[in-house]
Amino acid sequence: MNAPRFFAAAAFLLAPMIGAMAAAPESPAGASSCSGCHPANTGIDTPIPRLNGRNAAEISEQMKTFRAGQRSATVMGRIAKGFSDDEIEAIAAWYAEQR
Amino acid sequence: MTPKHSRRNFLKLTVGGASASLLPLPAIAQAAPRVVVVGGGFAGASTARALRKADPRIAITLVETSRIFTACPFSNGVIAGLRELPAQQFGYERISAGGIAVVFASATGVEPQKKTVALSTGQRLDYDRLVVAPGIDIRWDGLPGYDEAVAEQMPHAWKAGEQTLLLRRQLEAMSDGGTVIISAPANPFRCPPGPYERASLIAYYLKTTKPRSKLIVLDAKDQFSKQRLFQNAWAELYPNLEWVGLSKGGKVTSVDVTARTLTTDFGTYKADVANVIPPQKAGRIADLAGVTDRTGWCPIDPATFESRLVPGIHVVGDAAIAGGMPKSAFSANAQAKACAFAVAALLAGRKPAEPKLINTCYSLVAPDYGITVAGVYRPVNGMLTDVEGAGGVSPTDAPHSTRALEAKFADGWFKTITNEVFG
Repeated sequence: MNAPRFFAAAAFLLAPMIGAMAAAPESPAGASSCSGCHPANTGIDTPIPRLNGRNAAEISEQMKTFRAGQRSATVMGRIAKGFSDDEIEAIAAWYAEQR
Repeated sequence: MTPKHSRRNFLKLTVGGASASLLPLPAIAQAAPRVVVVGGGFAGASTARALRKADPRIAITLVETSRIFTACPFSNGVIAGLRELPAQQFGYERISAGGIAVVFASATGVEPQKKTVALSTGQRLDYDRLVVAPGIDIRWDGLPGYDEAVAEQMPHAWKAGEQTLLLRRQLEAMSDGGTVIISAPANPFRCPPGPYERASLIAYYLKTTKPRSKLIVLDAKDQFSKQRLFQNAWAELYPNLEWVGLSKGGKVTSVDVTARTLTTDFGTYKADVANVIPPQKAGRIADLAGVTDRTGWCPIDPATFESRLVPGIHVVGDAAIAGGMPKSAFSANAQAKACAFAVAALLAGRKPAEPKLINTCYSLVAPDYGITVAGVYRPVNGMLTDVEGAGGVSPTDAPHSTRALEAKFADGWFKTITNEVFG
């Protein structure tokens, strides 16, 4: 048995076991509050957009535009002002991965 | 070294490595960790669900007295005849189907040393961590003349359900030209803008159906949530709504149910309909668990929501002293998710991450007139503290289109949060 093939096989065997038992990766600071208004599930009759699976750069851009007051908003301008660039980008990247 | 050997060594190493980074050994050696959540409102039900999602290995039991949850947000609309009570009601079927054991009973005691919760059914639940989310109880000794029997005639309607319908029926039965009085308590209490949204929507009901009637708000405070926005809207929409603050003698010091009067330091007011929103405290189980302080509320660590008084017990929602965060459904839901991550981390032997939380409270001044307050919070010096420069209320000079939009968003928020918690 050559070494690379063996390691690949071992990883294949172990991956599902670890995957099934591991906790879901924790969301970045602030991200879990968003789903109070932005629905995590589909099919809800609301004008507030869903964030799951959206492009990360697009979410970041919108948040920064809200924060700068360059886009008219109700609550999002006030909320975005509480987050740094790094925090916004981490939240955006996490939502982009959610389905 | 034969391949057989190296395979065995590799597996040993890899499993050992995974254990150290992802699965602490106790989690493998012992049975699944157990978390009991007492209280199935926005705080408790959200915690149970978020915990299930954070770590499906945890065995979660949700203890709740009622099979049907009746939501307080939007219940002022029921009082004003704008919506019906079933629109406020949710069951636990979906939560149960998601792998959470839902037990319908009341928690009657907690033994923190033995880590058990006693239930009204006689059952005892063992826990590794306990989450207490009982919401509020009325301080029945907090206002002379007001007790549980009087509340059947002068409803508080501060826990949604029968009380909500009672207040609505009284308003419907009142003749045009009557006087409605709302008594608002001193801070802190559940839903800081709630009394003023209620005043607005009752004023809307009176204006549209009983226009000769009058509404007086007697307040134990001089300042309240979204005050400028409410008062501007009242001046514009509801000339028959009078607000009497603390310094003008607004604090109700006693009520007389037979005479239907409310007495303040400055005088006595006669009501055709009296809505007494009394002083409040954390729900009873918090007291029984020993997690309330002298204020009647529960001091917590702002990162983990673990009680400052009893280790191993976490408190979320209205019962908690959450610093700058108001006692709202949005806060309860946001705190619940942060608490769930912290509990999952602690059970797995990891250090909990520092959270950041958001609150948004929508209030309706009229069916198509919404206003908001929002805030962003993080732990600073042991308290959840407003992030400077963020948050605040809707602009005072916003056009009507903005008010209409906030009313629409309010409706969207209610549908979304109740779906996340119960759907």
